[in-house]
Amino acid sequence: MLPAVLLLLLIFLQSVWLGIITATLVAIQFTIIPRMRRRLLVLGRERQLTARQLSGRVSEIVEGIGSIHAYDTSNVERADMATRLGAIFKIRFDIYQWKFLVKFINNFLSQLTPFLFYSVGGYLALNGRLDIGQLVAVIGAYKDLPGPLKDLIDWDQNRQDVQVKYTQVVNQFAVDGLLDPRLQTLTEAPDAAALHKPLNAVNLRVADDSGAAQIERLNLRINPGETIALVGEAGHGAEALAEAIARLVWAKGGKIAAGDVDILALPEAVTGRGISYAGADAWFFSGSLRENLVYRLKHAPLRPPTRDPESQKRRDWYSAEAHRAGNPDFDLEGDWIDYAAAGVDGPEGLSKWFQTVLQTVQLDRDIMDLALRSTVDPSLYHGLAPDIVGLRRALRDELASRGLSDLIVPFQPGTYNIEATVGENLLFGTAVGPVLQNANIGKNAYFQSVVQRDGLTQDLFSMGYEIAQLAIELFADLPPDHPFFQQLTFMTSDDIPTYQALLQRLDANSFKTATEEQRNQIIRLSFAYVEPRHRFGLLTDALRAKIVAARQQFHDHLPPELQDAIEQYDPERYSASANLLDNVLFGRISLKHSDGADRVQAAVRDLLVSRNLTDRVFSIGLDFNLGTQGKRLTAVQRQKLNLARGLLAQSEYYVFNKPLQGLDARMQDQIIRNCLELLHADGRRPGIIWVPANPRQAEHFDRVVVFKDGGLVEDGPSDALLARDGVFKRMLQA
Amino acid sequence: MLLKDEVQMLRQVPLFAGVDPAKLKLLAFTSQRVSFSDGEVLFHQGDPGDAAYVILSGSADILTGSEKGLIKVAEVTRNAIVGEIAILCDGTRTATVRAQNPVEALRIGKEQFLKLMSDFPEITIGVMRVLAERLSATTAELTIARSKLSLN
Repeated sequence: MLPAVLLLLLIFLQSVWLGIITATLVAIQFTIIPRMRRRLLVLGRERQLTARQLSGRVSEIVEGIGSIHAYDTSNVERADMATRLGAIFKIRFDIYQWKFLVKFINNFLSQLTPFLFYSVGGYLALNGRLDIGQLVAVIGAYKDLPGPLKDLIDWDQNRQDVQVKYTQVVNQFAVDGLLDPRLQTLTEAPDAAALHKPLNAVNLRVADDSGAAQIERLNLRINPGETIALVGEAGHGAEALAEAIARLVWAKGGKIAAGDVDILALPEAVTGRGISYAGADAWFFSGSLRENLVYRLKHAPLRPPTRDPESQKRRDWYSAEAHRAGNPDFDLEGDWIDYAAAGVDGPEGLSKWFQTVLQTVQLDRDIMDLALRSTVDPSLYHGLAPDIVGLRRALRDELASRGLSDLIVPFQPGTYNIEATVGENLLFGTAVGPVLQNANIGKNAYFQSVVQRDGLTQDLFSMGYEIAQLAIELFADLPPDHPFFQQLTFMTSDDIPTYQALLQRLDANSFKTATEEQRNQIIRLSFAYVEPRHRFGLLTDALRAKIVAARQQFHDHLPPELQDAIEQYDPERYSASANLLDNVLFGRISLKHSDGADRVQAAVRDLLVSRNLTDRVFSIGLDFNLGTQGKRLTAVQRQKLNLARGLLAQSEYYVFNKPLQGLDARMQDQIIRNCLELLHADGRRPGIIWVPANPRQAEHFDRVVVFKDGGLVEDGPSDALLARDGVFKRMLQA
Repeated sequence: MLLKDEVQMLRQVPLFAGVDPAKLKLLAFTSQRVSFSDGEVLFHQGDPGDAAYVILSGSADILTGSEKGLIKVAEVTRNAIVGEIAILCDGTRTATVRAQNPVEALRIGKEQFLKLMSDFPEITIGVMRVLAERLSATTAELTIARSKLSLN
């Protein structure tokens, strides 16, 4: 500011006229430019808003993509997106144009002044009213003026801009009904005594978002240790009470009290641990199954991690920075798992507890299957590889003892595996990486050179030719979408015309006259052939011997660049690129028995139990990543897992709100019985409040509370209610 | 036994008497060859019906459950089809079928069977004829059994 004023003064001293010109032009710049820039601020704010709305819309579309495809509304969404993008572009274009207009005017005015100096000043100089020296001084002084002036204007602009942004952002956080932060203070060992009291609903009134009442003036007492079923038709109050006890919905009138204290006034540290809730909707995050389960127990950082001095310094820095910013500095790398809350004393106890809980909800078999189908890196699991390899022999013996020795055809080097395809027999290993994957192997020069020995290529050509003939004969007349095409593994329905044309040009002996391309197309068919499955009679003993010989050749002289592209089947080695089950089987399941796959899996499971490997395999299963929102599990598995999570902690009250809705009645019944048994084990007696999906399930509980139209109509043990001819009895008869 | 041998067997099955051999070949191709050892059960009464079996070699007993245990009601040998009732009626198996000796069979899946019948009506007519013949045989036996009962 000061340099600008001094320079202006200097110009005035030199010449009043020139001073007036400068002052006028500077004044114009100072007043008009900021005003023009204000328009830019408005546009900028609009741009922010529209961009944020766009991103919200994009994430909505991604979530609802299934419905969009099902309802054919993709074009409506396209129109919406295009309009939004157009609007954003218009705003940005306006900003662009206006900004450059302002810049233009600013620059123009800045350049106009010296022009006027030269013209007016020159005129005055020529007329003798101005000294050349004064003119030069003025021009020199002016050179330095625009700099600070521009900075001044820019600073003012920035200030306004930031002020606008700040107000916008801060307004987002001025919401009504924020929770009292004291309810969520970090507590390591909360006082559980607050919940060792009966729960009293006192004049409770619960309403949903639209204001419709779900519970009206309810008075109910739930004693610790009682098992209660809340029964009623949907929307009549049973689910609402369960949600209210779990503090998912807040009472609009009256209260629920633990003893005398309103549960809403209790800190979350107490209610979160003391009341376990599981509903029909499960929330899972992208992480392993174990992480999702253990999440239930992460209340506070109980044990800080051990750090080396370097990391400790970094940690201290973060801590200090967090304090200055007013953020919490809870140590994320510490051990947050509250083993005591689960009733165990350490990680091993926790693993056992997981197994027990998952068995209760009948998810243990699913987890074993997940484990068997996952690929593991043997270096991460010490001793697992030799154990699994040992299982191979044990599995054969086990199946032999059950009279099922022909169920698996094992991979033996030097022998043709009749249940595997020709391609698999040639390769005799799993392809690692793209070089030898699927179709690429046929194109690999080394592979081709191996196969050409002994005239194997010719034999494969004849085989492929016959396969093509048979496939055309069987499938040529079928429409392209016929379900039988699923059984045709050699080619797709689109390939049929191609092969028809090919067969017309070639015959069985045209191996020498066929082009490279044609030869590859025919030979490709032979790679998918399995004799017991297709039964074309194309695989003679001689051919099998040739294939095995080619296989030996392939592996014995494998060039160094292909060493990493294939992992050969080795009966004594664990294959890191195949999953656990394939590693145990180490062969192919014979198709002769229609339920072969199930029998084998059952045998494998029994074997794991007898060899004490269940724990380790189970732990591998727990490493299974659930995907975003747990989508990699089925809906039934998610519900069971959600219930399992609700059973993990040792709480005073358990509230289950139709947690198994998607399961069939028999399984639900069994799991309810298992849960009650689990929660009453070791002399425990927590309060259990269950909203069953079917009123018949209420018979498992000591007390039944019946809701109708938002009010309590019947309350008592289930046989007493059945004796009365009331609402409960009628519900059961429906 | 190769695919073409299976086709020859299928032609002997009364159910498939009028069907074009090319279609029989397609049926055989999309079906699964399975084997059962002596005493092994093909399916149990009450199981959901998911496939029919054409016996290619060997023989099997058809048993139904009663208070006295399983009673043998019939026997199937080569070129007979068994298990088609459960697929047609969308219900559960009406009887248990147990192999008397080692049995090789062609397992025709439910989807394939129904698709075959809808594509080739002559098969459906053949199936209806066989079922009608069975019904009349069962009715005749029932009449005999009832008259014996009323005489006692």
